[in-house]
Amino acid sequence: MEKKWVAGTPKLWINTPVPIPFCPGCNHGTAAKLLCDVMDEMEIDQDVVLVVGVGCSTVVYMLVNVDAVMVAHGRPCDAATAIKRMLGKDKIVITLQGDGDSLAIGTESTIHAAARGEKITTIMLNNGNYGTTGGQLAPTTPMDTITTTTPNGRSDVHGYPIKASEFLSNLDGVAYSARGAFTSTANYMRTKKYLKTAIQKQKDGAGYSFVEILSACPSNWHMSPQESLKFIEDKIIPQFPLGEHKNIDKK
Amino acid sequence: MKKRFLVQGNEAVGWGAIDAGCEGFFGYPITPQNEIIEWMAREFPKRGKVFLQSASETGSINMLNGGAVTGKRVMTSTSGPGWSLMLEGISNLCNAELPCVIVNVQRGWNATRHAQTDYTSLTQGGGFGGYKTIVLAPDSIQEIYEHVQLAFYLADKYLTPVVIASDAILGQMMESLELEKINFPRLPEKKWAIKGKSHHKDGERRSSCIAQGMLPSKKYPNLLSFWKSYDEKLKLIKKEEVRYDEISLQDAKLVVVAFGYVARVCQEAVNAARAKGLKVGLLRPVTLWPFPSEIIKEKTKQGVLFLVVEDSLGQMVEDVKSAVEGQADVHLISCLDRHLPLEEGAIYPEKVFEKINTLLN
Repeated sequence: MEKKWVAGTPKLWINTPVPIPFCPGCNHGTAAKLLCDVMDEMEIDQDVVLVVGVGCSTVVYMLVNVDAVMVAHGRPCDAATAIKRMLGKDKIVITLQGDGDSLAIGTESTIHAAARGEKITTIMLNNGNYGTTGGQLAPTTPMDTITTTTPNGRSDVHGYPIKASEFLSNLDGVAYSARGAFTSTANYMRTKKYLKTAIQKQKDGAGYSFVEILSACPSNWHMSPQESLKFIEDKIIPQFPLGEHKNIDKK
Repeated sequence: MKKRFLVQGNEAVGWGAIDAGCEGFFGYPITPQNEIIEWMAREFPKRGKVFLQSASETGSINMLNGGAVTGKRVMTSTSGPGWSLMLEGISNLCNAELPCVIVNVQRGWNATRHAQTDYTSLTQGGGFGGYKTIVLAPDSIQEIYEHVQLAFYLADKYLTPVVIASDAILGQMMESLELEKINFPRLPEKKWAIKGKSHHKDGERRSSCIAQGMLPSKKYPNLLSFWKSYDEKLKLIKKEEVRYDEISLQDAKLVVVAFGYVARVCQEAVNAARAKGLKVGLLRPVTLWPFPSEIIKEKTKQGVLFLVVEDSLGQMVEDVKSAVEGQADVHLISCLDRHLPLEEGAIYPEKVFEKINTLLN
């Protein structure tokens, strides 16, 4: 009987000689697996260029068997813009970023790539803090949350979280914007559908596409992986609702 | 007959880019380099090349990073404040060993007229990490055009950003330009270029990274292996790529050292002094890094005096002093010696002549 691959390590996963430095329960590895499976199922890996900035997402640059680029903190959308324009429309350029990378230091890069309607796709993991540097206040940190730089909780002193998926959907250059999560199988499958749609928008030349994924950061949240997922369900999703915020075809 | 025409220095950058085979330009408006991005916006798209205006110089330099990883020739241009915004990106491009060309049309601090006040930042690795880039300093419109071509060749040869130090006078004046594409030796194919796996004959993925030495790779398994290799590259550039121009150095008792527009000023002063029988010569560094220290050491042994003329408070003078090692007197004419207190003020040949005359009598 012919053997068929049905589950396990994604085909595009690279076995590194060093242990993968993700914390237990971190969703960055989940997002990387999702990306691998989507690229495999869409049969696009030969034409993909993956761009990462600085943060926990940087690690994925070493784990996925496609051409990949690591650039400055916050600047994947600038680099991806140039890569796409230099290589032409047949290439699929995907940025994988954290919320600090995409929405704090890289706000200009993200917003202007979106406004120009660059034919690139951004996957932004929103875990509400800076994971790599030890859990500081991020532009996405929900109100009242304690971080290492908001020891008494986020209040109006620090201002309010940015809801990227809704915000970007207001820009004319954006063809697709959605927010998913990994808190259940159903949410995982919906997020997978969002990512496939986003990449398809790029292939169609419709414009910039953006998928935000609410992600667990158990180490910095001081919770178990299970508690982290429950926290997302109970506390974060009510503030950051899941779903598609924009879905338009090529004009 | 070759085509000759009157062209502005900033536009000569464009003609040089075309003849160098540059395929992408990313830039942001800033005086006094606006004519470069405007020229590129007009001329690049109609030739099938990429032109893109960024949202800041930080954007430009990171677009340059993206363009450079594809293996195609790409460039940007800026001036003082934009230059400093680009420094993080230049550090990264040096670490990632990506070839590209950056033009800095210098201005005087935040004054939008000419100056040479970015010398130290240009030559001493002004960003983080302790990098160096080759810095070319043209002194005419023809040389701007030629240096852009040379810069792309050197960038590809050594896998490094190469910088061209222009200024507002060179950028905005007009001179006659003769277009002649320079033929450089053939360089190896860029097998490292990121284009998607389908382009790679060996089927292996390619990657580019601004944290070489930290994120382990086959080429650089650790930080020390990266530093050793980078050190060897800098030493090789210092050995192979020093360029300078000399006028009447043979019997000179006084050597004037100047670059860029100031070298043109000094040439006039030196000619006038020679006409009066004064034994003075001009040394013009063409590469500001690597700096032509050896010729300065050689002249020091012959017992000459040095007069550094530069349109800053004195930055290159430190490189001259370093080469002289205390064995010769080094004098300075600086931006304090400009002919007017306003930003239009410049160092005039009369001032340089006067000083030559005083030092040699």
